[in-house]
Amino acid sequence: MFDSLGDRLDGVFKSLRGQGRLSEENIKDALKEVRRAFLEADVNYKVAKKFVAGVTEESLGEKVLTSVTPGQLIIKIVHDKLVELLGGQSRELAYNPRGITVWMMVGLQGSGKTTGCAKLGLRAKRAGRKPLLVAADIYRPAAKDQLRVLGKALDIPVFTTDDDAVRIAGQGLAYAKENEIDLVILDTAGRLHIDEELMGELQQMKKAVRPTEIMFVADAMTGQDAVKSADAFHQALGIDGVMLTKIDGDARGGAALSILEVTGRPIKFLGIGEKPADLEVFHPSRLASRILGMGDVVTLVEKAQAAVDTKKAIELEKKLRKAQFTFEDFYDQLQQVKQMGSLESIISMIPGVGKALKGLPIDDHALVRIEAMIQSMTLQERRTPSIISGSRRARIAKGSGNSIQDVNKLIKQFGDMQKMMKKLGKMGPKALSGFKFPM
Amino acid sequence: MRGFFKKLRNGLQKTREQLVGQISEVVTGTPQFDDELFEEIEEVLIASDCGLETAAHLTGRLREVCEERKTMKATEVVEIIKEQMIVMLNGGSAPVDAVIDVTPKVYLFVGVNGTGKTTSIGKIGEHFRSAGKSVLFAACDTFRAAAREQLQIWADRSGADLVSGDDGSDPAAVAFDAVNAAKARGRDVVLIDTAGRLHTKHNLMEELKKISRAVDKALPGAPHETLLVLDATTGQNGVSQAESFGDAVGLTGLILTKLDGTAKGGIILGIRQRFGVPVSWIGVGEKIDDLETFDSREFIEALFA
Repeated sequence: MFDSLGDRLDGVFKSLRGQGRLSEENIKDALKEVRRAFLEADVNYKVAKKFVAGVTEESLGEKVLTSVTPGQLIIKIVHDKLVELLGGQSRELAYNPRGITVWMMVGLQGSGKTTGCAKLGLRAKRAGRKPLLVAADIYRPAAKDQLRVLGKALDIPVFTTDDDAVRIAGQGLAYAKENEIDLVILDTAGRLHIDEELMGELQQMKKAVRPTEIMFVADAMTGQDAVKSADAFHQALGIDGVMLTKIDGDARGGAALSILEVTGRPIKFLGIGEKPADLEVFHPSRLASRILGMGDVVTLVEKAQAAVDTKKAIELEKKLRKAQFTFEDFYDQLQQVKQMGSLESIISMIPGVGKALKGLPIDDHALVRIEAMIQSMTLQERRTPSIISGSRRARIAKGSGNSIQDVNKLIKQFGDMQKMMKKLGKMGPKALSGFKFPM
Repeated sequence: MRGFFKKLRNGLQKTREQLVGQISEVVTGTPQFDDELFEEIEEVLIASDCGLETAAHLTGRLREVCEERKTMKATEVVEIIKEQMIVMLNGGSAPVDAVIDVTPKVYLFVGVNGTGKTTSIGKIGEHFRSAGKSVLFAACDTFRAAAREQLQIWADRSGADLVSGDDGSDPAAVAFDAVNAAKARGRDVVLIDTAGRLHTKHNLMEELKKISRAVDKALPGAPHETLLVLDATTGQNGVSQAESFGDAVGLTGLILTKLDGTAKGGIILGIRQRFGVPVSWIGVGEKIDDLETFDSREFIEALFA
């Protein structure tokens, strides 16, 4: 319904760009729009007010009024302020240098604690740790089962008993000591911050296990109330960090600003999907950029680096230069793209593109269909697509469950791509415009 | 409706204290009808997640009345906003009819992750059971770990039947089977639980459409009610949720959950204003009877009492 915060600021600054100089009046107008955008993004109204006051002060300085591109400068000030408010720099979770590390997950109902436990567990396991998930949500039906199933799928041990939550936590820690486990991730029941009894339970659990980190798990869609719940959890327990979940939706995530403002604790992780691997380390500058609609290139590059095999990449580059790119190479490429996450999430990170394609259905199945077609080709066909005759096409169509038209389209687009690459080899980067990925 | 008002009041106590506290703070004594007053009232409304547009609408009307009448007491200002909010909530279609006029009557529950769909189904199942109806749950969240087990426990608590499929199986097939099972067993009510999904995920929304179509195939005209389960702590994204889920499967009502906290759920005003979707039930706790049918007047009265 709303324009995104980025769009909104775009609109504001467009009117600024047209002018050589800024008057006090239009700085104020622009920042009024910034405040408005912040409120629509669910930034707490007090936090928004403070933010705007800060930016107004800086923007009204001589610097801006005499600068050549005042619009750009304001964008920079807004962005820098946003980064500052978001916590300055990213911070990893702390490990206990002596003995067992305990991370305790707390938060409101439905914020994503149990899923978050599995995500952190997987991450720690990949980093060479020996994690244990402890299920201490004794209230929500089947909450323990949920953690058990997740642990089993990830091959991470899960501990729980039929005791009360505080005892389960203590027993979990003892179990970890006996079994040479170096990291305990403690799942707790979701609770309201005004529920004194249950908040008391958390305080007792904290006493019992002395957590290295207490993570407050918060839903990115939270509205104005975020300041109250975050503040209450922080007052009661002293949280160390925040995990912001469900950021893969279209919520503007203004709650992040609010939570940071009231707790002073950094956001450490973002939940970006439902699968255990859908976890991202939080980088304030990236979220600021994302909020401002500037895209998120850093994440994209990192994801690509993690997924792409360097050796293969060098080989591929050679082949591309010589226009010897085959279906086999293409298949490898598809596998690598798939490792980077859903197309939707990849595309949302590309600057400019995210906005242009917003709301456009992106079909991951298209890739699956292409994969199936390539899989239905013989090795020889994959290496030398020119031999794929009519009867071969019919066979590939049948084998992959697609129509002959689909196969024709793929082969034609693949041919176009090869031609394009040949041109590219001769003409340089300009030939890339008009390049179309066969999909 | 017995006990409703009292219970709602209890549930909303925290909400009430804060909102009223703030409004009274703003308008104590003889209010000066200047911009600052309206700005402060607007802020109070924004703090309840009403959203800018709704807040502006309410204060705009307030401004008009204040200009007509020269002097006013603080309580009168509160009355005007209250009236406006009630008018807003009463517009559009009527709340979901909980009367069982067809059997089986099929309710489809949709929403983003973690809003309380399964818990709400447990409570609503109990609500129908205590009214002497036979209830069948369909566990169509075949994605999240142990979602079926969670619904099974609620089914045991309220004595409902449960139809489920294997993990990862097609939720539309489970829904189809569930409606057919309800027909064969002569059950009065079918409550279909679906996996939480972000409304921006195209494929998952397509899956939801398929569930709705499968239900219609099993029983033409079903689902009779499609309810969006909305967390009261949700901010402006709630409007986007209502819009997307509405576009995909057509909403007939909302369930506003977790109203027993400090969140005010003001977003329902904006949703009602924009899409005319009424609130049917509210969730005020984790126990099986922590569910109330929604009444806009009492909701607002309790808010300002």
